[in-house]
Amino acid sequence: MSVEVGWTGDAMSRVTIRVDGRIHAVKAGQNLLQAILSLGLRLPYFCWHPALNSVGACRQCAVKQFKDENDTRGRIVMACMTPVTEGMRVSVEDPEAKAFRKGVIEWLMLNHPHDCPVCDEGGACHLQDMTVMAEHSVRRSRFPKRTHRNQNLGPFLHHEMNRCIQCYRCVRFYRDYAGGRDFDVLGAHDRVYFGRHEEGTLESPFSGNLVEVCPTGVFTDKTFRKHYTRKWDLQFAPSVCPSCAVGCNTSPGERYGTVRCVLNRFNPDVNGYFLCDRGRFGYEQVNSDRRILKPLRRMEKKGTLVPVEAGTAFEGLPEGFSDPGRVIGIGSPRASLEANFALRTLVGPECFYAGVSSGEYRLTRTVLQIFREGTVRAPSVAEIEQCDAVVVLGEDLTNGAPRVALAVRQSVRNKPMERADRLAIPRWDDAAVRNCAQSEKKGPLLVATPSADSLDDLASWQYRAAPPDVARLGFALAHAVCPDAPAIADLSEGVQRLVDEVAQALVGSEKVAVLTGVGCGCEDVLRAAANLAWALKAREKDAYLYCALPERNSMGLALLEGQDLEAAFQLTGTSAPRTVLVLENDLFRRADVGTVTEFFDRVEHVVAIDCFETATTQQADRVLPAAPFTETAGTLVSAEGRAQRFFACLPPKEGVPDAWRWVCDLARCLGRSESMAWETLDDVIASLAQALPAFEAVVRVAPPACFRINGQKIPRQPWRSSGRTALQAHRNLHEPAPPDDPDSPLAFSMEGCEGSVPDAVRPFSWTPGWNSASGSGGHTDDETNPEEASEVLLIGPGRDVVSPGRFFDLIPAAFERRPGEWLLVPSYRLFGSEELSALAPAIAERIEKPCLSLNTRDAEALGCGGGDEIRVTAGSRSFCLPLVIEPSLPAGVAGVPSGVSGLKWMALPQWGRIAPGGTK
Amino acid sequence: MGDCMERPLTRHLRPDLEPLSIEEYEKAGGYQAVRMTLREQTPQEVIGIVKDSGLRGRGGAGFPTGVKWGFVPSGPDVPSPKYLVVNGDEMEPGTFKDRLLLEGNPHQLLEGVILAAYAIQARVAFIFLRAEYGMAARRMRRAIEEAQVKGWLGRRILGTDFDLEVHVHGSAGRYICGEETALLNSLEGRRATPRSKPPFPLQVGLWGRPALVNNVETLCNIPAILNNGADWFKGLGRGGDAGTKIYGASGKVRRPGLWELPMGTTAREIIEEHAGGMRDGLALRGFLPGGASTRFLTDQHLDVKLDFGSVEKAGSRLGTGTMIVLDDRTCPVGLARNLVHFFAQESCGWCTPCREGLPWLVKILSALEAGEGQPEDLEILREQVGRIAPGHTYCALAPGAMDPLGSALDCFGDEFERHIREKRCPWKSDGRGTP
Repeated sequence: MSVEVGWTGDAMSRVTIRVDGRIHAVKAGQNLLQAILSLGLRLPYFCWHPALNSVGACRQCAVKQFKDENDTRGRIVMACMTPVTEGMRVSVEDPEAKAFRKGVIEWLMLNHPHDCPVCDEGGACHLQDMTVMAEHSVRRSRFPKRTHRNQNLGPFLHHEMNRCIQCYRCVRFYRDYAGGRDFDVLGAHDRVYFGRHEEGTLESPFSGNLVEVCPTGVFTDKTFRKHYTRKWDLQFAPSVCPSCAVGCNTSPGERYGTVRCVLNRFNPDVNGYFLCDRGRFGYEQVNSDRRILKPLRRMEKKGTLVPVEAGTAFEGLPEGFSDPGRVIGIGSPRASLEANFALRTLVGPECFYAGVSSGEYRLTRTVLQIFREGTVRAPSVAEIEQCDAVVVLGEDLTNGAPRVALAVRQSVRNKPMERADRLAIPRWDDAAVRNCAQSEKKGPLLVATPSADSLDDLASWQYRAAPPDVARLGFALAHAVCPDAPAIADLSEGVQRLVDEVAQALVGSEKVAVLTGVGCGCEDVLRAAANLAWALKAREKDAYLYCALPERNSMGLALLEGQDLEAAFQLTGTSAPRTVLVLENDLFRRADVGTVTEFFDRVEHVVAIDCFETATTQQADRVLPAAPFTETAGTLVSAEGRAQRFFACLPPKEGVPDAWRWVCDLARCLGRSESMAWETLDDVIASLAQALPAFEAVVRVAPPACFRINGQKIPRQPWRSSGRTALQAHRNLHEPAPPDDPDSPLAFSMEGCEGSVPDAVRPFSWTPGWNSASGSGGHTDDETNPEEASEVLLIGPGRDVVSPGRFFDLIPAAFERRPGEWLLVPSYRLFGSEELSALAPAIAERIEKPCLSLNTRDAEALGCGGGDEIRVTAGSRSFCLPLVIEPSLPAGVAGVPSGVSGLKWMALPQWGRIAPGGTK
Repeated sequence: MGDCMERPLTRHLRPDLEPLSIEEYEKAGGYQAVRMTLREQTPQEVIGIVKDSGLRGRGGAGFPTGVKWGFVPSGPDVPSPKYLVVNGDEMEPGTFKDRLLLEGNPHQLLEGVILAAYAIQARVAFIFLRAEYGMAARRMRRAIEEAQVKGWLGRRILGTDFDLEVHVHGSAGRYICGEETALLNSLEGRRATPRSKPPFPLQVGLWGRPALVNNVETLCNIPAILNNGADWFKGLGRGGDAGTKIYGASGKVRRPGLWELPMGTTAREIIEEHAGGMRDGLALRGFLPGGASTRFLTDQHLDVKLDFGSVEKAGSRLGTGTMIVLDDRTCPVGLARNLVHFFAQESCGWCTPCREGLPWLVKILSALEAGEGQPEDLEILREQVGRIAPGHTYCALAPGAMDPLGSALDCFGDEFERHIREKRCPWKSDGRGTP
């Protein structure tokens, strides 16, 4: 887990310390502040952060330390900079220490504006909490306060420098932790400034974390600001980020039917304390005007879709709608396991199609095969952070699985930090550790991708090649690590040298993660990565293999074992479907426009269930509105194979049912409800666990809806003593009953159980006196109760032992460029390539114009320069894009944006022609 | 050994203070210590002699130089290269002794650098100079060129396998760079913020490798020590400390200036004999013995020997040994305000007490000066002095700023009270003095 990164020594060993006369056993190797907080004692702090560790800047966590029992004077020390030692005596309550801590707040308040009533942070502010804790209340200074100019930092963050208390957390997170370069600390003495050298959009994909890292209101969420409400008025839910397959845990906050913000929900194994910007700011998709709230029906073929009442949604279904074998279901990697399973049950497994393109289908099947038949399992994000060597094969992690890329940024520090260990510098002493480690070799990290990568700045080796050559490098590495893996002939001398060097470094490491994914669309890359991970395992390394997948439930869908979408398109004659049910899926993002249109034309009736209007819903004959992720509950399986449940944050808008409930209604309508007599989500889950052995464990992902603590449900709203229910008092004095939620043990209310709840169903983090997200609840979250750990991994190594015959041995031929043709490879963007987050206005503002990328010489050969219009033709498809020069791309390879709205779908990778041409 | 052997640091300085050329320096016996040491002595022997000499750091802290050198890690496992860094960031108010040595005899420092680098087996040295020391930088650079031509620097010096390159680095102008770890951060191209210790610079100094940081005056003593031996150097001091010291006096004395005198010379001798006493009509009220960040001593302490131990016993610090003299017509509140303002400006902004506390004190002291003092101000001043104490802050800058203020409150508390009582600065309105 992320907080352990800062610890040395055996995490289990304990020392005894005396705090204000009471004896406590605390974890050895940590600092005194961590120890005191873990005891639930109150000690204010600012610059320390459980993931950023100690630097001793703010001087807020001062305590008294005494040499021995005869020492009555003691001396003030900073708890965050003091290691816990056996028998140490300290006092938090010592009057001098208390006066000093109060004095530190007084200093910070000399210039901090008293604008809490108009500050977005108010009520969830670490500085407020610490001010109350330190008991500072009276201003003694009569002098004016310092002021600063603020900067426009782009669509995500609002900047209010006057509030800054100079804890340096922001710059330490942005630069040291996340590797950003366009933000810094400027100026000196009492004019220290945290911002950019010049106004402009923050470039880091992790900039949004400044909202939670900042202990006060300097960096606040600009999207939240547009529909602001106090934290205590928000209603939260335990949720899982819908933006990619990493599965970060989030707490969306809602009021009056609008989702207002997304906060990080601490999960030590996955996201820890940090989210990426797509995850944090993509939530506004659910407020989009493309939401579908009423069922729609086309009254006549080629007519227009008209809204109908929910009760009449199934009226006028065509004749023979329910003919067995003539109804097919197309599932979706963005729908929950439960919704997909309901559809699969309705149409039968043989008529269930896994709504992804044939290319992606093949790739995800390969990933499943690798895990089911291989010896290596997928690592959690926290495990990647702890690796001492990392190989990235073919995947642009920063764009495709950003939180994983952030973990890689931490893992490369593990080897260099060993120097600090040798010098007996504790790992939590952040500035000292970074100083010791700066001259040490980072990594080892190999970044082998088709084009320049955001992790290049950390890479020990960068390798730029076309996907087949990336795969060959992987195969060669596997063989160099373990001779049982198949050898590869005719490698160039340079590549062979690289292979030898990297292999040597990997063999010299202990924990090695091979990170790959379906991003470059090449099965050989996946197989090569598998071979390398297995080879490392054969050499008795702690080897991991991570395969990034494109969507939130890509893995869950793959485990449901539907058929290829292409197979559905090819159904003709007697097996041709009369009715197609499309679940939360825009098929125009999965296949060629012509193919989908032709398919829909052939089918009598297309029923689309979706939250948002898409090209598919526009073509459907009947559209059923589904609740988006903030209004429904379900289970997602991350690329790691981790099953996680998300819960509704608000009751469904206008009573829009969950997707799986629509399917049940349809089943009733078709007279097929005997196997689908489901009332609640738990019923669906129970059926799923029974029907498919792969999902046996899914029932354990989170407590069932009947779970109660002291007989009470878990409140979704923070507790407050007045105000909330008075809002409707002019109409009705009675408090309205909270809406029912049959699918979770959570209540749409502030009433319910008090105190600690299981992690999987904790809607928000709050403990008395610790109201802010930056305070991490006032305790170091490492003390999770093992009994409540609800980790459910659905994929694991199929075997333990490596046998020589079990490596992949089909090695691809070296890439050879074709005259007049280019290998078009997909280029996936953090903002724009993901379908639904692009509906959020702030994300939309960050979407770059889609471009075709070529290396300098290829562009020159075409007589084109950056910005020129280029025509790309592949098969019968053709479109124009402006050119961008990407010098790192191999010759003969072109990058084509994938998933960007407005650009026609094209199977990637594939060979295509490129020519200058402005006419469309 | 004549008179000039009692002034090893300044004996070669020309009356016009123009720098000695390399020929002049060599003629005066310069670089002999290098010739002799590199050929005849092991690094360990050099460290031994410097230890025996009792030389203590002249930058202010007074740490025994030889002992510090002995802590530099050696052996095959030590990260390479090791660095020698000369701290010439002389920004302490009232202190200008290193400037004299840098400008007047750059080769002497360079010889000290070569010897120190040899002793710790450093291959690269940086001379870090105060931003305003442009002339010193030009003269040092010229001296380095001359020494390279003559073979005193570069590869295989004197045919031995000892290599040394020396670089002059001009500071960007921050007082905090005088703090050695902030200096190292600055040299690395980072913000000049002090570092957390451990690791100490001797383990992890520059770019992760060991670095020894020594003051200019300290290193200028080395050639003479190696030429004449430890006992000779010890014999130069009058009191508990060895060698000579460049003492200085500024303020309203008749002849402000610098004098190389035996360690342990009394304050009275410096003020009354060398500085010529107070200007006509003025009386001495106190003095800061070793630069701005030391505590006031008063006329009762005039006979204190100015060596590290004696000054500490008297309640202050020898510091840089260059005193600021306060007369009876200069406002002590104004002086304190001026000094605290300087330290507030020079705070790096890292830790709260320094960044926020010092500017608050400046505002209070300015209010006192402007006749806007409040009775509770004195209480706040005293409380803040106690709160901004060593260990409470990240480095020694802010506690150093509290030394002149706290001792001014102790020695001249009634003057602060008078400012508040009379709602004016008594020195400003009666035209007697100019603060």
